[in-house]
This record gives sequence, structure tokens and C-alpha cells, in this order.
Amino acid sequence: MIELLRDLVFDYTIRNVALGSAILGILGGALGSFAVLRRQGLLGDALAHATLPGVCVAFMLAGTKNPAVLLLGAALSAGLGALLILAVVNGTRIKQDAALGIVLSVFFGAGIVLLTYIAGSGDAGQSGLDRFIFGQAATIVREDVVTMGVLAVAALAVTALLFKEFKLLSFDPAFAASLGFPVGALNVLLTALIVVAVVVGIQAVGVVLMAAMLITPAAAARQWTNRLSVMVCVSALFGATSGVGGALISASGSNLPTGPLIVLVATGILAVSLLLGWRHGFLWGWISGRRNRREALRRPA
Amino acid sequence: MSPDLVIVITAVLVAVPCALLGTFLVLRQMAMMGDAISHAVLPGIVVAFFLSESLGPVTSLVGAGAFGLLTAVLVEALKNTGKVKEDSSIGVVFTALFALGVFLISKFASDVHLDLQHVLFGEIAFSPLNLLTIGSVNLGPRSFWTLGIVTAVAVLLVLLLYKELKIATFDPGLAAAAGLSPALVHYLLMGAVSVTTVGAFDSVGAVLVVAFLIAPPATAYLLTDGLARMLALSVALGVGSAISGYYLASLLDVAIAGMMAVMAGVLFVMGLLLSPSRGLVANLLRRRRNRRHFARGLLLARLESLGNRASEEELSRRLSWDGGAVVRTLEDAMRDGLVLRPAAGEVALTRRGREAATGMGEGPAG
Repeated sequence: MIELLRDLVFDYTIRNVALGSAILGILGGALGSFAVLRRQGLLGDALAHATLPGVCVAFMLAGTKNPAVLLLGAALSAGLGALLILAVVNGTRIKQDAALGIVLSVFFGAGIVLLTYIAGSGDAGQSGLDRFIFGQAATIVREDVVTMGVLAVAALAVTALLFKEFKLLSFDPAFAASLGFPVGALNVLLTALIVVAVVVGIQAVGVVLMAAMLITPAAAARQWTNRLSVMVCVSALFGATSGVGGALISASGSNLPTGPLIVLVATGILAVSLLLGWRHGFLWGWISGRRNRREALRRPA
Repeated sequence: MSPDLVIVITAVLVAVPCALLGTFLVLRQMAMMGDAISHAVLPGIVVAFFLSESLGPVTSLVGAGAFGLLTAVLVEALKNTGKVKEDSSIGVVFTALFALGVFLISKFASDVHLDLQHVLFGEIAFSPLNLLTIGSVNLGPRSFWTLGIVTAVAVLLVLLLYKELKIATFDPGLAAAAGLSPALVHYLLMGAVSVTTVGAFDSVGAVLVVAFLIAPPATAYLLTDGLARMLALSVALGVGSAISGYYLASLLDVAIAGMMAVMAGVLFVMGLLLSPSRGLVANLLRRRRNRRHFARGLLLARLESLGNRASEEELSRRLSWDGGAVVRTLEDAMRDGLVLRPAAGEVALTRRGREAATGMGEGPAG
């Protein structure tokens, strides 16, 4: 344990992996709070899958594995996916769930096709693109951490600046519109920020498990508080804890994949929160229920 | 049997049950449960993989399918606590189970024949090589047997419980009042989806099976209204994307299952644009036709209220439309013989134009 903590500070690889995972956890946790409250948790899932063809096309066009280029491709293709979902939901009688499912699976299929195409064309340096699928936190290098950090700081700054607007949008969009807030633009912006979080996350946990980084810490934080500002901070804290925890556990043994471990740690935090959360946890509900019942019975009729 | 044919038949045996069950998922707005189950069966498949030597293929199919049902139960339980919303419950449960599956594979199965590539896009290309033999008897491709069972289950479910599924999907309240348990129907459907995703897993993997489950039924939903027609059409679309996807993939030498998903997407976009009743193109044309019809009616009524004849300038001032709208509508009405130009700068209603204007009723005052 002590050795692991020492590695966390001094070991180059572990430090980068833990730092990258922490950044992802903070960003995913903070933005996930809004997504969960707006019942858009699964949008993150669809958008994460939708990044895959973008990564491949960016690689094919630019011929490099420069993280900034690949992540730009990822963001553009996730953005396209978001637009398609919006168009299908607003323009047809197909509901959100089916639109999400189609974009998710078809974009992912296109990504797989492009991956095999790249592999078949025998391009040197193509190997390693498939790490976006499951994420390979172990391959995160300093360059990646810097890219992730810059993106995360920018996204968090925007969130902090527009906190009031996003809060209103999450709880009462009709009221926000009646006050004259540009609800449509805010909606697009919040979705764009979620795309940023997804893009930051896919390297570490991969497209398939990215949804957990948005949903699980936020759902856990919800059990501890009724205030959005507190929820965002707690959720970011839970996300960071999952990230670092998963990275450390995976570094402690062989054949322990980082992404799934991060998700499993987050799930554990959710389980504890459901049980012990101050506001909505089972335990306190059970105790106060018992107390109320006793008091009600003690009172004379 | 040629390898091509084996692959195509395997793909068809994936497409048919997916299209049948997916129709109900789409109609019940539970498409993402299909996504969740297809991911969440992974730990079941890993466990079944270790046990299949002793249990045989059918038992492990059912065992892995149980994980799908477990997903449905967990999502429902988490949602019913009231502490986590439905979409978050789905997201939490399936990512946790999928992470567990990936963890199990990496930890314990990294040296056996069950790798992560396989998990994601299956190995349909290997289906001709993977034969089922009992004793020394060769029973043909293994995929025919597992997927054949899966297809039979789905077809039987839909045929035998057609009425029950229909009523529980469109009017759950009525179904409950008629003594039909909506929960039972829900779990039956979820169980069938689980078995289907487990069966399809070897061929198309966890993510791409979602394309078969959702895209063909959603496309059919854009094209038709009746449930029976929608089922038939989704099956046809699913089979169509499987076959066209296979041939395109062999032509371009890319992932077969991925290409099938892409074709399902292509068919969906075509349906989205071109559906005669509710496609985007048809909607656009209808809206444009309505707008033109309405503008023409207004113009005729206004002209009538000005005494059937007016200068173009006067008419334009009275209508106060922007820019070319008056000119465009006038030309449109002239082409149809409703308005004529008796002198330069003057317009008047023809007899047919007067009749049409009377049909429109009085124009707005002013």
C-alpha cells in the first residue's frame, strides 16, 4: 500500500495514469450531474460510441496519432451523432431511446469497419487505435495528460461561469425560457461540454464504459445532498476517487484492466452511497422511519 | 455448404429474432434496455465459457441469458427505490456488469480463446469453421444450432403471445385490467432479448447486436402503422442489412458485422429521408405545398375583398408580405388560371378564381 502511494508520486507511468484518470473523473462527475438530472445519462453512452469513427477518420486524414488531432476527430463525430439524435427525435415519431440506440450501434459499427480498413491497408502505426474502444489508461503519456487537462479546465471554467444558467436549465427549462434565457443555445452548449468530457474519457476507460463515468458518480452524489452545487463537487470527488482508485488497483497486479476497474470502484461508491447517503440513503431512511413510527405510537390517541 | 452461405445464414438467424423482439422494444420505448442487456450478458458469457465444457452449449446459453434477466431485475429494482432515475439505473447496471465481464476476461481468460475483439464485433467470419460435433457425428456449423434455437424461441414467443404482447405494448392499463400481468410480459420479453443477445454474441458481439435490435424496427416504424406489417418489414430490413452488409464487407475487406450495422444505419437514413408517409422529404414537400396553398387562398380572398380587381401595388400593400412572396404567389395563381393580368400592373380574379376565393371565405379585415 505504502509502496503504491510512493509509486503514485514518483513512478512516471502510474503518475500519468492516475492523473489522467483523476482528470476524467472530475470532469465526468461534474458534467454528469447535469446529465443525470436532465435524464440524459444515456446520451453520454451514445456519444461515446459515436466518437469511434471520428478517431479513425482523423487518423486516416492526418496520418498521425497526435492526441489533439484524434480527439478533435472524436469530438466532431460525437457532435454529428448528437445532431442526428436531435434531428430524429424532433423530426420523426421515433423516440429518444431508439434514436440513441441507432446512433450508438451504427456509429460504432462504422468505427469497427474503419478500424479494419486501416488495419487492412497496412498503415504503419495504426496499431493502438483500438485502445479507444476499451481505453488503455496504461498507455496515457504526459502529452495525453496535458491535452486532457487543458480540455478539462476549459470545460469546467465554462460550467462555473454558466452555473446559474445550467442549473435553471436542468430544473425548469420552461421557466428559463420565459425569463428570456437562450434555452436552445444553452442546451447545445451543455451537450458540447458533455462531448468534451466523453472525448477526455475515451482514452482512459474507452467508449463502451464512458457512460459510467458520467452517470455513476453523479447518481452516487445525489444520495448525499439536495443542493446542485454540492452535488457537482461531491460527484467530481467521487469521479476522481474512482479514477485514482481504479488506476492504483490495476497497477497493483498483472492483467488488471484500468477502465473496468475504475467503473467497478465507481459502482462500489454508488452502492455505499445508496446505503449510507445523508439525504437519500437507505440506512437513514430506515432509522428515521423507525423513530417516526415509535413516536407516533407513543403519542396518546 | 460454401462458407459464404454459412455466414449469410448465420447473419439471417441473428437478424430475424432481433427484428422481431426489437419491434417491441422500440414500441415500448425500451430500446436502451436492449443495449444494456447486450452488454450485461458479458459476465454470464465468461462464466458460461468456463463451465461450457461440463454444461454444454444450451445450458450455457440459458445461464448467460440469466444475466440479461438479472439486468432487467436490477434496473427495475434500482428504479423502484426512487433514488435513481430510470435512464441512470440502466446506465449504472449495464456498465457495472460489462466492466465485470471485461475484468474477468482480462484476469482469467487472457490466454484462452475469448478475447476482447471478439466481445465487440464477434467472429462471424469463423462461423463456417466452428462446427458442432457430438461423438464423431458432424452436425454442421455450431452457429446454426444456437441461433436456430434463439430464432425459434423468438418466433414462437411472437406467434403464441402476439395478442398479449400487442395489448401490453399499446395499452398496459387495459392489459392489466384484463388480468394480463404487464410485469410477466416485460420479463418474458427481457428474457427473450437476453437469450437472443447471448446467441448473437459469437457472431456480431455486444455492441453491434444493438444495431440489429433497434435500427430495422425503427426504420419499419417510419414506414408503416400496423404491428403485423411492422414486424414483417423489420424482419425484411434486418435480413436486407445482413446480406448487403456481408457482400459489401467482403468486397471492401472490412469487418463483416460492422458493415452490417452500417447497412442497417444506411437503410434507416433512407427510411428517414424517403418514407412516403413520414419521411423528412415528404414532410418538407407537404409543408411547402400547404404553405403555398394557404398563401394562394389568402391572396385570392384579399383580391376578392378589393372588388375582384386591384393594382398589384395596392394588393401588395394590403397583404404586407415580404419581398417576392406576393409576386411568387401571383405567378403561381396565374399558372393555375385563377388570376389574370387585364392591364400592366393590374391583377384580377378569373371566374374560377372567384369561386376559389368564395370557397376560402372572407379574408381578414383591414
